[in-house]
Amino acid sequence: MIRYAALGLLALLFLTALSSNWIAPAPYERQFRTETNGAPSAKFPLGTDHLGRDRLSRLLYGTRVSLLLAPAAAAISLVIALLAGGSAALAGGWWDRIVTAASNLFLSLPWLFLFLTVRSVLPLNTAPSTSILITFGLMGLLGWGAGARVIRAAVLQIRDAPFTLYAHAFGCPPARLWFRHLLPHLRTVLLAQFWISVPAFILGEASLGLLGLGVAEPMPSWGNLLKELQSAPEWREYWVFAPIALLSLVMILFQLSRPMKHELKGRTA
Amino acid sequence: MPRKKAVAALLRFATGAAVTLLIAGFFGAALIRLGPGYETDERTLDARYSDATTGAIGRENAKDSNVLTFYGRYLTQAVRGNFGISRTYEIPVSELIRSRAGVTLRLIGEGLGLGWILGLSLAGAATFFRWRLLTLSAEAFSALALSLPAAVFALLLFLARGPVFLVLAMAVFPRVFRYAHDLFEQARREPRIEAARARGVREWNIFRDYVVKPSWPPLLALAGVSFSIAFGALIPVEVVCDIPGIGQLAWKAALGRDLPVLVTLTLMVAAITVAVNGLAGWLGDPRDEREGLAQ
Repeated sequence: MIRYAALGLLALLFLTALSSNWIAPAPYERQFRTETNGAPSAKFPLGTDHLGRDRLSRLLYGTRVSLLLAPAAAAISLVIALLAGGSAALAGGWWDRIVTAASNLFLSLPWLFLFLTVRSVLPLNTAPSTSILITFGLMGLLGWGAGARVIRAAVLQIRDAPFTLYAHAFGCPPARLWFRHLLPHLRTVLLAQFWISVPAFILGEASLGLLGLGVAEPMPSWGNLLKELQSAPEWREYWVFAPIALLSLVMILFQLSRPMKHELKGRTA
Repeated sequence: MPRKKAVAALLRFATGAAVTLLIAGFFGAALIRLGPGYETDERTLDARYSDATTGAIGRENAKDSNVLTFYGRYLTQAVRGNFGISRTYEIPVSELIRSRAGVTLRLIGEGLGLGWILGLSLAGAATFFRWRLLTLSAEAFSALALSLPAAVFALLLFLARGPVFLVLAMAVFPRVFRYAHDLFEQARREPRIEAARARGVREWNIFRDYVVKPSWPPLLALAGVSFSIAFGALIPVEVVCDIPGIGQLAWKAALGRDLPVLVTLTLMVAAITVAVNGLAGWLGDPRDEREGLAQ
């Protein structure tokens, strides 16, 4: 029940983010120069930032960037993980050793350090849209290590299962074996990996943005909206903390709606 | 014979770890060296430097133009304890790291210590007392800790003037709590628990001998992952709170494309993580569970 409520709320947030073009009171880059650092009012429900931009509009557009592109990055990393982990388990031998060593390498370095190093070698003064692609594309390309290990283990389990042996015995072509027999059995693992990766990438972008290496201004994202807090606002300016509240709400909703957790609890109850 | 096997296993691990480290270092060096903008050295734009000096800087940088040559030279010098000169700070990298290591080690030590104590105590209490409210509160607390990036925690603590190591503790705590709680619960469902109860063994002794003791090896395996998590959290913490430690150095080196510093830090972090993970693997641990936790 809680899981479905969380999924419902997440869907609502996704829809709100998708419709930010229509529901945002103002464009995210529009400046109201006479109303900088404004407190909440009827015109600006979350006030304005130091450049006089409407905070609510920026939060809505920022939510769209973070909520839509993190799943895209998760999908990229999942495809790489599936190709690497699945092929390693099926091929075995030297290819398996190379993939295992590569995923070991990626897992031996802290995520943020890896992102930071790779992101910093790419141009920082790019167009906002390019910076979005670089930030999320990079996360997708670098975040496959853990997924590949889990998928490899799952494929190893079903590689020698009777249905796979029958398929081999009846001369099933490799592509058919993958799409008709192996992939359906990996569905739960893939879904769980995807669901784990999305919040991790949202947090990754937020951290990179806060360090000034994420999505470039004036395009809002949760990362660069949080960066604004580095100017040390007063606690009484509670509206400034709205991005934190939204980010934690989304992360909690992702945790509550994790399919693996739900199934695990069902089994162990 | 078993000793020979142990030595062979140790040698295999050492070879694997050395290869991983060498590749990690090369990966870091190649990445930075081939990245756009590496050729631009801010010092050459400084009007205070003469043409001769900027020319010398250019010649010095040209030595690093081939990644393989740079890496080979770097490794040869590293064996003698010389990790090169920082491009940003213009002092030896080893000196730079030595001067900042104390602050970072203290922060990581305090953060890891508190995170582990908190995680283990709450997991133990939730399993032993079986109070639903306690379990729910601990789970909610860990969910909250997982829902915010370390940088945001650091910002909030900075604004509240709280102790910074709490951020690292909050990053480590949920992983330790969840993993320990799952392990304790698994151990508690073993049939031998019921058998011990039937024999009249006291609850506390059952918990200590049949729940906590068998869970130690896999729990120790989490040490490597928790170091990696703590170091990941350390970077934003030191940047946001302006703490002159290794995390801040990594950030500044990344922004300044400081190749010797970045390669040294990559090797250092990979070496510590590989060593701790290897030790943990030796103690016997289901690897895939650790990978799930690493996320």
